[in-house]
Amino acid sequence: MNTLPRCYFLQCVSYLLLVFSLSFISAAEASDSVASLQASLGLLKQTSMTARKQAITQLGEGHQPRSLAILHALLVGQLFIIKSTDKMVIAEAQAEQAFTVYEAESNQDLGQFSGAELSKISLTNALRSQVRKLIAELEINAEHPATRLAALKECDATVDEHLLSIIKARLPIETDAQVKQAIQQVLLLQHMTQGAKGERIAAIKVLKNEDSLAVVNQLKTFVEKDSEGQYLETDADIRHVAEAALTTITQRMQWYAGIETIFFGLSLGAVLVLSAIGLAITFGVMGVINMAHGELMMLGAYTTYVLQQLLPNHTGLSLLLAIPAAFLMSAAVGMLIERGIIRFLYGRPLETLLATFGVSLLLQQLVRSIFSPLNKSVATPQWLSGSWQVNDFLSLTWNRFYILVFCLVVFVALMQILKRTRLGLEVRAVAQNRTMAKAMGIPTARVDALTFGLGSGIAGVAGVALSQITNVGPNLGQAYIVDSFMVVVFGGVGNLLGTLVAGFSLGIANKFLEPFAGAVLAKIVLLIFIILFIQKHPRGLFPQKGRAADS
Amino acid sequence: MKHLLFAHHDKFSRTIVLALAILTIGIPLLTLLTPVESVFHCSAYTLSLLGKYLTFALVGLSLDLVWGYCGILALGQGAFFALGGYVMGMYLMRQIGARGVYGNPELPDFMVFLNWQELPWYWLGVNHFGVMLLLVGLVPGLLAWVFGGLAFRSRVTGVYLSIITQALTYALLLAFFRNEMGFGGNNGLTDFKDILGFNCQSEAVRVALFFLSGLALLGSYLLCHAVVHSKLGRVVMAIRDQEARVRFLGYRVELFKLWIFVFAAILAGIAGALYVPQVGIINPSEFSPLNSLEIVIWVAIGGRGTLYGAIIGAILVNYGKTVLTGLLPEAWLYILGSLFVLVTLLLPQGLVGWLRSYTKERSA
Repeated sequence: MNTLPRCYFLQCVSYLLLVFSLSFISAAEASDSVASLQASLGLLKQTSMTARKQAITQLGEGHQPRSLAILHALLVGQLFIIKSTDKMVIAEAQAEQAFTVYEAESNQDLGQFSGAELSKISLTNALRSQVRKLIAELEINAEHPATRLAALKECDATVDEHLLSIIKARLPIETDAQVKQAIQQVLLLQHMTQGAKGERIAAIKVLKNEDSLAVVNQLKTFVEKDSEGQYLETDADIRHVAEAALTTITQRMQWYAGIETIFFGLSLGAVLVLSAIGLAITFGVMGVINMAHGELMMLGAYTTYVLQQLLPNHTGLSLLLAIPAAFLMSAAVGMLIERGIIRFLYGRPLETLLATFGVSLLLQQLVRSIFSPLNKSVATPQWLSGSWQVNDFLSLTWNRFYILVFCLVVFVALMQILKRTRLGLEVRAVAQNRTMAKAMGIPTARVDALTFGLGSGIAGVAGVALSQITNVGPNLGQAYIVDSFMVVVFGGVGNLLGTLVAGFSLGIANKFLEPFAGAVLAKIVLLIFIILFIQKHPRGLFPQKGRAADS
Repeated sequence: MKHLLFAHHDKFSRTIVLALAILTIGIPLLTLLTPVESVFHCSAYTLSLLGKYLTFALVGLSLDLVWGYCGILALGQGAFFALGGYVMGMYLMRQIGARGVYGNPELPDFMVFLNWQELPWYWLGVNHFGVMLLLVGLVPGLLAWVFGGLAFRSRVTGVYLSIITQALTYALLLAFFRNEMGFGGNNGLTDFKDILGFNCQSEAVRVALFFLSGLALLGSYLLCHAVVHSKLGRVVMAIRDQEARVRFLGYRVELFKLWIFVFAAILAGIAGALYVPQVGIINPSEFSPLNSLEIVIWVAIGGRGTLYGAIIGAILVNYGKTVLTGLLPEAWLYILGSLFVLVTLLLPQGLVGWLRSYTKERSA
């Protein structure tokens, strides 16, 4: 079950590798190895299994750059012969009976072929296991350290003698420190199961410091019982040492699980902070309840989508461009809302709430009319997908990591704008005392519009980030509006730092509750917690002090 | 009696009471007395639709009491409505008995489907009509009492209160979506068969439900009217206008607020209970924050702080919704959105306020 995706992965790695290595080979060597490769491929084309066996052995011995790729293709059933030209090719299935075909010798793209034009080179089970072995051998001696490392990670305690001798032979000539460590680990695993008693105990004691799934699995077999309640491992000393080692590793695993939960919590918190921070400006600093805030985020997400449609081949670039574009888009719409509606309603928060809710309905329906009510998919650039595999027990996904960083960058930038720029000074002055600010010559109406634009623009930027983790659809904003209000209210209205702390603590609390309560119940528990919290501390975690607190 | 009831009624109020009374008695009478082909005969569909409007008007009325007279913009009035509806739904589910798909005499279909062995404790007793009637008021009232008691005592006001009421209905929405809650999860409660032994689909039951909805609305209106014109009502309005000053005068503000809040929640619960048999389903979407906001817009359009404004607003907006979603389904949200914006900007007193100033101008 599990081997197939791994094979694909290895295959991809080996392709990459070959591209590198091909360029380093001199022309003479190349022509020589091409001749022997052609000979092996000729043998492989024959229908007799003995000829195929011979061809496979030759491919394994020859150390030709293409042999690894060809063996992989053979193993997963992607090696074909084009019936008309008798050419050996690697074919990747694109759709039902449609294949993209590459020449086996040169990896040259030969275009599309249908299934009927190709004939597959099949293997017997015996041959298949031989191929598997050869691939492992070739990979352990492969050019690129990453390939060697990946091949060694595949090895567990059940490595056979032949492969083990190859691994042992590799140790003295290995130059890469990581690969060397991996080799030693494989050998220790071997000692742990098959050595003398003292050797085994020593191996267990060394291996318990490794974060390796193979070690854990092997240790578990030492403490397992069979169906009759007898221990599989007969030596009691080894059992005790293994148990102690397992406890150590399990403790470390729990520690890693804790780190992972905190990381997930922080990234969820980052999403909450991103969606709430614009609101913290409009609601916290200006006192305007903007129910259309979620829809401004939605506009940001749709801006990302549109830019990606305009630049279909540059996913990364369009995402980076989307950040300023979404800011401008949402800021413009926000300022329009402020000038057109909200400015008539200052000092009447409940009416503002109703009017902006109307705006949110209008924006939602507008998006439905323009883009259809269905969700749109926004592509994720290469550098955002995948994860950082710290060790066998801990992997952190890149997109969440980047969102965390992005959130902090946005937060710091916003703080700097408010603290160090002229606009920030004016915004704070108007927030503290509107009449006095006006008397000092601050154009309050313009500052209102710009402040609202700033808060709305940040909502748009949050929308760009959201487009990478959820579906982009007309209801995107609604899903976040209640949450963002909760974060702002919990943190304390008018306090940006409070919003940050509230967002992260709610995110982490949510992720710690989820394993016990499930996602929905965790959310309900937190909502109830905030409702009760507001009763005790009506001004949030960090209430504003001084005169502004009374208003 | 007449003097007592109409002592404080102005012209609008008297008109609306009269119109409601005529509607409540007239439509059922016409339907029962005229043959099916007659133009005066209301179809089952029309009756349910009109009945639905009346329950909406009732929940609008309850919000007006809280918002218009006490100044609490409750964004969770729909939650009390839905809770009343769920109590009625549970009663109706228990009436199905063994006629469900799985034929289990005790458990509703969805519980059999989830492999539950027995009824959860909170389902016990709702199969009795009397208990159900009690719970329709008790459940929303109790929630309002606990929630309001906490909130008003710690003086959570204004926008904060609005947002936590919205959080309340949102939390309930999420909770009722869970199958483990035992309220049918996503699908809610539906496929009702009969009520008090009469078939839910029959014309007589529809007429009776319509009549009861009208009666409930009329009764609640008169009751609310009496409340706002009593001494308690005066204090409540004073709280709306100057909360701190009322507190300094020695009134326990939180108790007055709580009284109004609980009373309104019970009215909303009754509206929900009347709504469910007429539409034949109750599901968690009734808890969605959007529904509660729609109630707010009915009251805002009709004119808050007048009681009858809420009734007019609820009926007009919902009639518009029915017509428009039929003709132009796309346009409804545009219109609803524009209504929110335009009414708050141009008609802060609602239709009733506009009509009042218009008639005043003419008489002046």
